[in-house]
Amino acid sequence: MSLRVNDLRVHYRTLKGEVKALDGVSFTMADGEILGLAGESGCGKTTLGKSLIRMDGRMRHAGGTVELDGRNLPVGDDRAMNAFRFHEVSLIPQYSMSAMNPTRRIGKMIGELLRSRGVTLDTAELHHRIDLVGLPREVLSRYPIELSGGMKQRMVMVISTLLDPSLLIADEITSALDVSTQKAVVKAMLGFRDNGFVKSMIFITHDLALTSNLADTVMIMYAGKLAEKAPADKVVKAPRHPYTQLLINSLPEIGVRYDQRKLAGIPGSPPSLLNPPKGCRFRDRCPIAGGECAEEPPVAEIEPDHFVACWKA
Amino acid sequence: MGRPHVRRYFGRKLLIYGLTFVVAVTVNWMIPRFMPGDPVASMLARARVSQPAAVEAMRTYYTNLFGFDQPIWQQYLNFWGALFQGDFGISIWVFPTPVADVILAAVPYTLALMIPSVLLSYWVGNRFGAFAARRKLLDNTVLPVGYILTATPYMWLAVILAWGLGVVAGWFPVAGGYSFSLQPSWSWEFFLDLLHHWILPFLSLFLVALGGWAIGMRNMIIYELESDYSNYLSALGAPSRLIRRYAYRNAILPQITGLALQLGVLVAGALVTEIVFSYPGLGSLILKAIQNQDFFLLQGTFMFIVIGVLVANFLIDIVYVLIDPRTRTGMAGAQA
Repeated sequence: MSLRVNDLRVHYRTLKGEVKALDGVSFTMADGEILGLAGESGCGKTTLGKSLIRMDGRMRHAGGTVELDGRNLPVGDDRAMNAFRFHEVSLIPQYSMSAMNPTRRIGKMIGELLRSRGVTLDTAELHHRIDLVGLPREVLSRYPIELSGGMKQRMVMVISTLLDPSLLIADEITSALDVSTQKAVVKAMLGFRDNGFVKSMIFITHDLALTSNLADTVMIMYAGKLAEKAPADKVVKAPRHPYTQLLINSLPEIGVRYDQRKLAGIPGSPPSLLNPPKGCRFRDRCPIAGGECAEEPPVAEIEPDHFVACWKA
Repeated sequence: MGRPHVRRYFGRKLLIYGLTFVVAVTVNWMIPRFMPGDPVASMLARARVSQPAAVEAMRTYYTNLFGFDQPIWQQYLNFWGALFQGDFGISIWVFPTPVADVILAAVPYTLALMIPSVLLSYWVGNRFGAFAARRKLLDNTVLPVGYILTATPYMWLAVILAWGLGVVAGWFPVAGGYSFSLQPSWSWEFFLDLLHHWILPFLSLFLVALGGWAIGMRNMIIYELESDYSNYLSALGAPSRLIRRYAYRNAILPQITGLALQLGVLVAGALVTEIVFSYPGLGSLILKAIQNQDFFLLQGTFMFIVIGVLVANFLIDIVYVLIDPRTRTGMAGAQA
């Protein structure tokens, strides 16, 4: 097992109290696995991604453990985590377009970053990887503003994976790109995995269609909890959690004309995580909710590798 | 980036500075001439000559000497002509010394005050502000002190320092550029005396400017430390030393613009400070020129200040282009 997350709880400190953005999430990832992490805004997917590499000042590790390649990952200890960052866990951030220092040439910045981490730069390897994502080598002597959005995105992908991390967290990296660039990015990510630059990858997105193409496993989160986790084609073709079913139903299908049948959304909105309601958190929006849903459903493995947190599944 | 862009950019800048210079010279020529009062009359009054014939002869002589008998447009053209020969006219206050000589005698004092106080306050203020940002204890002390300092009028701080450290403590002299008992010479004794007189005016200029720079830098650094590139570097485990260095380099850019904008204010501050300490620089000269209705001296001093501020601004423009790659791309963009 590459990654083992056990009952991870992360809260945000706010003036009104603690927002339980991640409220007891457990899952495992195999070596070489790409996990697609999906859900609507505020479901905790970005919080989970950030918890695994660097919590910001408002976040607090409220419980649970993370194990990476058999070693405990000290997610709550900012100092102790530093040894793992970049070497073992790395991040392609949501804000790749502005992730590089605007006043440094890219090559120089990479050199300074690596030196600060006590690593000597392997120029040949860097060139090789730049070729691999289809960038000209001259980008190293350019400033970030001289690159297009897609080029910056690919450059950040190269930088983040330069030390061959065991786990790569890719946070909404395709959200700001047009579909043809999205395809190039997805291909590059698969290439990175197949070349062994990264062992496993968490791909955070709200684009279910894209995730199912890229990921081996898809994990759906709702209101800070795991809703369903299964192999990608299972999630698309035979989802068991009513939330997943509704999500899949709200995707447009090729060959269907929507002037006859309106595309269905999911009515309502997720509960506040400041004081989350007892029982199943999807209960209020769920079409099949019953009396037992007043009690919180445990995550159950209903068939091999298919986990669902629902009484009705 | 090609050279033609650079040439175009600086060509355009030079044109703007040239226009500013012409306007400044013109305004400068106009102001004393449209001021109330007659300088020749006041010179005659000072001469205390009683015979009317002698007075008339002297009036004709002076009017001729200063060119006041010529039509006003001729005076304007003469002014430009003389300017290019470095001739600022003859001072009325210390007649018949040429204005250029009077100014050159005062300039070293003003520069010796201005340059160290501007550069040191800028450097120390930026360093200190950057250091204080995100360090709670320092931030809570530096910030209020900085606000008080920067809100203090130059002459007020000067008066406080002169009173506290000069009159009450008696550590420093409160007036003049050097002791009246000494003659200017290249001796250690004179140099130390000069330094002794220099400290208080320098300190009041330095302190007021320091607060502004420290506050500005603190705010800029906090902004930069929250920016995406800082977060990315932290996520990759870069030490805060590297992140702070990047943040400092990027935060200094708006501070340089600030320096260009502040120069005029700093010059004005130096002038009033000199007056408080009777320091023999350009500020005291301006006061004397106004009191004695000395057109030529006033014009000459203003001219010198205008040229100084323009040159300093131009230097800052060059520095900015050298350290911010984005302005360079902007130049290339203007071409396309």
